[in-house]
Amino acid sequence: MSEYLLELKGVSKSFPGVRALDHVNLSLRPGTVHALMGENGAGKSTLMKCLFGIYKMDEGEIILDGQKVEVTDPDDAMSKGIAMVHQELQPVLARSVGENMYLGRFPVKRYGPLKVIDHKKMYEDTKYWLDQVKMDFDPKALLGSLSIGQMQSVEIAKAVSRSAKVVILDEPTSSLSENEVEALFRIMNDLRDKGVAMVYISHKMDEIKRIADDITIMRDGQYVGTWSADELTTDQIIAKMVGRELTNVYPAKKGTIGEVVLEVNHLSSIHERSFQDVSFTLRKGEILGFGGLVGAQRTELMEGIFGIRHLSSGTIKVKGKEIRIKKPSDAMKAGIGLITEDRRGNGIMGCLSVKDNVGVAVYNKFLKAGFILDHPAMNKVVDDSIKMLRIKTPNMQTHIENLSGGNQQKVIVARWLANNPDILIMDEPTRGIDVGAKHEIYEIMNDLAAQGKAIIMISSEMAELLGMSDRIYVMCAGKLRGEITDKEQMTQENVMNYATQF
Amino acid sequence: MNQQKKALNFIANNGVIILMVVLVIITGILKPNFFKLGNWTNIIGTMSYRLVIALGIAGCIITAGCDLSAGRMIGFGACLAGVFLQNPSGKMFPNLPNLPVPVAALVAMLVCGCLGCVTGFFIAYLHVPPFISTMAMMEIVYGVNSIFTGSKNVNNYVDAYLDLNRNTFLGLNFLIWVALGIAAITWFIFNMTRHGKYMYAIGGNPQAAEVAGVPVKQTLVLIYMKAAMFYGLAGFMIGARAGGVSVNTGLGYEMEAIAACTIGGVSVSGGRGKVSSAFIGVAVFEILKTALQFLGVNAYAQFIALGVIIYIAISLDIRKYVAKK
Repeated sequence: MSEYLLELKGVSKSFPGVRALDHVNLSLRPGTVHALMGENGAGKSTLMKCLFGIYKMDEGEIILDGQKVEVTDPDDAMSKGIAMVHQELQPVLARSVGENMYLGRFPVKRYGPLKVIDHKKMYEDTKYWLDQVKMDFDPKALLGSLSIGQMQSVEIAKAVSRSAKVVILDEPTSSLSENEVEALFRIMNDLRDKGVAMVYISHKMDEIKRIADDITIMRDGQYVGTWSADELTTDQIIAKMVGRELTNVYPAKKGTIGEVVLEVNHLSSIHERSFQDVSFTLRKGEILGFGGLVGAQRTELMEGIFGIRHLSSGTIKVKGKEIRIKKPSDAMKAGIGLITEDRRGNGIMGCLSVKDNVGVAVYNKFLKAGFILDHPAMNKVVDDSIKMLRIKTPNMQTHIENLSGGNQQKVIVARWLANNPDILIMDEPTRGIDVGAKHEIYEIMNDLAAQGKAIIMISSEMAELLGMSDRIYVMCAGKLRGEITDKEQMTQENVMNYATQF
Repeated sequence: MNQQKKALNFIANNGVIILMVVLVIITGILKPNFFKLGNWTNIIGTMSYRLVIALGIAGCIITAGCDLSAGRMIGFGACLAGVFLQNPSGKMFPNLPNLPVPVAALVAMLVCGCLGCVTGFFIAYLHVPPFISTMAMMEIVYGVNSIFTGSKNVNNYVDAYLDLNRNTFLGLNFLIWVALGIAAITWFIFNMTRHGKYMYAIGGNPQAAEVAGVPVKQTLVLIYMKAAMFYGLAGFMIGARAGGVSVNTGLGYEMEAIAACTIGGVSVSGGRGKVSSAFIGVAVFEILKTALQFLGVNAYAQFIALGVIIYIAISLDIRKYVAKK
């Protein structure tokens, strides 16, 4: 029996254009909680997906109980005693707890040649395993009627029922209430006493300090190191998470910063867990960065300002005048544009042409006799923006889905520029586009700011946030946690400190 | 090699049309009567109202919706227009005044348009799936029409109404001109107005359309309203052609119209489709039916043939988009 229950050695994984994992190690001792920490995109989830068989690793090995093993798929992982509690593992909400626990391995009984599902046994067994994790809800209840915390307990009960030796918990507490967190920790402590090894991914420092025995830190797909949890202070953890060299590859900004154009006061979402009581200002000619971890509700805040999400309270003033925004077209009339984070989801219309993708937001401006579209005038605008933004496309009739990600993003920028907004909100403007196109987007942003437009940029990429912003707000769990105005103070550590103030 | 690939692509991309041309040639050789002028004026005459229906339903399909109420709407439009255009001797409602022919058509279009508004309202504002919303309207319209007509036939039309099908202008009868007019108007709406472009945007990606400031809800209501107006008009046209209608007029036409649109290249997943798509689809359908009749294919076997064509056409069509990724 070796010291470690599970070891990952030298795991590497590449995706087209990115090296997501570069020789990462992880060693789990039995009966411990092992925190896996790192910024967004550090590769934590990728590593876990490799372990769980969702991704196939390019290099590296898994050693379970001293034996080298191969994990081919999640089912294989489960049979080897590795379980994962993950929000992306979609349960079947419209079916009962019991059916979800036994999905794919329903107990059966035989009536002669006929095999039927043994519901009685299934629900009795479910009840037994739920008791094991000290949960007492009805096994016949629909999974969808449970809270997220309860669903996680079901997942954990499922892991226990398959006698899992290793349980991976990927940000399990991100949407739990305090009571639910307590319940989860109680279950985790029980499992620890039974000798189960757990991988715990979380950004919440106080939780880590409470529950973790060991800490492994990753950064940009690299293995930084493993420490005992009592060895490190919160500040040391942050320093290790962000401690990268920043090279200045960002184009210099021209122009001056003017008067306040947007003033947001005490804005709150109708959902308690989304943004609450957010106030900030934006000035002419400014690039205002919004930093934070994934799930900090930055996107939701911007969509709230743009009229896509409902607000419960708060005011929005544009150039000193209070406006009511109920739908995107109200925001557009007030001179606001929004380039969304999810380009495929709510940015492009894939099967339409480049021209139609630019035109969709500005048809109102190109009408003859009040209702006939002025195609020649629109063609000119689209043609000009293709040239100005250097969009690489055979012609303006090409379907946008045939362009690269960077060029699609430029088309969306062109859409909003055609609308000539004073305020442009760019949510993760360079996500999923190549380095060259990124640089071009940065230059476009600087040009726009120099022309007197005010830009809000949400970015989860630390270097980009620090490199491009004139001023930075940092959000955490729906609340504005800090403002960094001084260039000297714009450090990775400061941003991360604010971003983890849950 | 390359040439071969090109040829294969051409066949796959135009499979339905090629199939149709082959069928027409074979039918023409076997049954020379097939090429007689009278046969073709008949085909085009039937195509006239089929095209109007397909153009209405195309708008719904382009927004990734559908419209099952079309058939019953057509029946209602036909009866509604008909009761205003009967000879005094045998009127269904003796107290009802007769209207000028265009006004009767307008009445059918307006009443159906209002019902279409209701369908659209449920789809756009209450998020009822189009399949369900239009099915509910289908039931309602049938009930209303049955009560309205007492399930009796409406016929004995005035000459001015029937003349639409008898009199010709430049060799084509008036119903065909009406259909061409509607096709022109639809082309204009699809290509030259905001509304048309919004329709494509909603079909392409409704979330993105909303973020871009498209008035998604109003646009959807307008689309279902416009479609219902077209069904009303189609019902009116069928009356002139058939000389008499009943509650069952138009039954099942919605399915044929949806099939025609998809055969012609209107994508059921939304965002794609032109006026020419609806036209090609309707033409393929009608010519095919007539050709099969001429060849003496068993009437029920014709249904099998139509089903097979739909399978082939849609599989080829979807292949175009899937292969691109």
